[in-house]
Amino acid sequence: MTLLSVRDLTVSAPGGLALVDGVSLDIEKGERVGLIGESGSGKSLTALAVMGLLGEELKATGHVFFGNEDLFAASERRRCQLRGDAISMIFQEPMMALNPTMRVGKQVGETLRIHRGLGRRAAARAAVDLLGRVELPDPQRCAMMYPHELSGGQRQRVMMAIAISCDPDVVLADEPTTALDVTVQRRVLELLDRLVAEEHCALLLITHDLAVVSEMCDRVVTMYGGRVVEVGPAARMLTSPAHPYTEALLETSLAVSVDAPSDGVLPAIAGSVPAAGAFPTGCPFRDRCPRRTEACEVTPPLAGDGTHAVACWWPIAQPVAGTSTR
Amino acid sequence: MTVVVVEAAGARSRAGLWRWARNPSAVVGGTLVGLVVLTALVSLVWTPYPPLAVDPSHTLARPSWAHLFGTDEYGRDVLSRVMAGSRISLYAGVVSVLVATAVGVPAGLLAAERGGIPAQVVLRLSDILYAFPALLAAITLSAALGASTTTAMLAIGIAFIPVFVRVTRSNALVVLGSDYVLAARAYGRRPLAILRRHVLPNIATTVIAQMSLLFSLAILAEAGLDYLGLGTTPPTASWGNMIETGQTYLSQDPLLSVWPGIAIFVAVLGFTLLGEGIAELRNARLGRSA
Repeated sequence: MTLLSVRDLTVSAPGGLALVDGVSLDIEKGERVGLIGESGSGKSLTALAVMGLLGEELKATGHVFFGNEDLFAASERRRCQLRGDAISMIFQEPMMALNPTMRVGKQVGETLRIHRGLGRRAAARAAVDLLGRVELPDPQRCAMMYPHELSGGQRQRVMMAIAISCDPDVVLADEPTTALDVTVQRRVLELLDRLVAEEHCALLLITHDLAVVSEMCDRVVTMYGGRVVEVGPAARMLTSPAHPYTEALLETSLAVSVDAPSDGVLPAIAGSVPAAGAFPTGCPFRDRCPRRTEACEVTPPLAGDGTHAVACWWPIAQPVAGTSTR
Repeated sequence: MTVVVVEAAGARSRAGLWRWARNPSAVVGGTLVGLVVLTALVSLVWTPYPPLAVDPSHTLARPSWAHLFGTDEYGRDVLSRVMAGSRISLYAGVVSVLVATAVGVPAGLLAAERGGIPAQVVLRLSDILYAFPALLAAITLSAALGASTTTAMLAIGIAFIPVFVRVTRSNALVVLGSDYVLAARAYGRRPLAILRRHVLPNIATTVIAQMSLLFSLAILAEAGLDYLGLGTTPPTASWGNMIETGQTYLSQDPLLSVWPGIAIFVAVLGFTLLGEGIAELRNARLGRSA
């Protein structure tokens, strides 16, 4: 059963510039979807649009269905009810996402007070339990601390405690480990993995780290230039990607994780992500793509079988026809 | 569990006290403010002479052991009157700053949270208030209500409103743009609760520092209005009207205006330094936790 369904989501800046351009994606009940792509691909904006937390200057059109309910048509009151309860979010910067003047336990308990109507004492007790579940040492003491007294990894654990406090149906995790030390990233991810499994909730994991995606996710969505360029099962996409961009991402991350040829040069994707609005017409990736042809001046549709779809005129494992400019 | 909690809280407050003790502005400012407040409290129950007691046989007396600051043109004890005057100054400072805070902070929060037309209305009203000559407002008020301490406090309070609107709005905008407010919205907090639980606590120190700074200005302004005869009127002792009467007898007894002048200086310096100290401590704390 489809839990969360995004249809033709477009997020545009004040000038009408589309930062997210016609994105559609589905998350099934209990499914884990990895959303990958370089910075500036529109991943975080997609998550914020689903939450209904875009700033006032950004405009979102399209539909986001939660079950059968169109969230974009729902009242702000209804959206507040769902936020933090049915749909919760983990942010990239745990340093910034906690109120510096509020004790940790109180912040964790807040969600329960809002959505479950718990009293002060009951919320405080529940907060200590939750802090224990996210494996913080001495949860009772942690609950009385202020965020600056905790380390980055501990703060991200606190964020997770907040995110799972109301047994959400889906958690949107926006690069939950990017701001953390490499040494604690793995443990935080293991915790996220375990919590999602225990809660039986769905997960949208936004990340650059393909190794993490391959371990944690059932399906992968690749975004580039505000569009979905490839969707498919994790196992298939991370071994034989069809879109040149997914392949390029894969190459850059494999070189770091495997003892690749040690010629001292890390592989990188040629060029860099253009500024919003500076993407080429047609396929947004064509300026950087090794397989480009004249055909790429026309935007390729997202096409494929039921499970694996790619937006590319010359997907990998299919010969490039015509005159290549390569 | 409770033992641990109490210990942690104790350690925190000790560390806080230590930070205070090492900040010269806060220490000097706090001491001077303490002196003024103590004087005002003592004057409630004891002054060397009743501040209104006239003694025609000892007018314009020089300082002596009987009258440490001398006596004024009616033979009233100047020390007693300076002590009594501290009450008026503090009272005027407290009320005018509270009036300005009570109106300015909510208006600033509204402007920051709503944006758009409500913000423009609040900000333009505040600009108009800011541009309107405060003295003219005070004259108008005292013409309408009669000269009194209350009139002076109202005039000063209204004149200070724009300062709080601006300080509150600019600081609230920063907090509203922070990730923790986004996170609070992400777990379902309503706008009003966000203002109360997340924005207010985070701008509180700035607002308090501003209150302390404006407190000193309010004391100065109140003395000025009294001097002009728009505020507290004789025979009630206030520092401002004491300077004014002293001026008349400047050639006979120049010290008569000096004593209340020193009192104003001490109080203004005290509250200014205290305000700066609070602001410095706040910046140091933010710098450390960032």
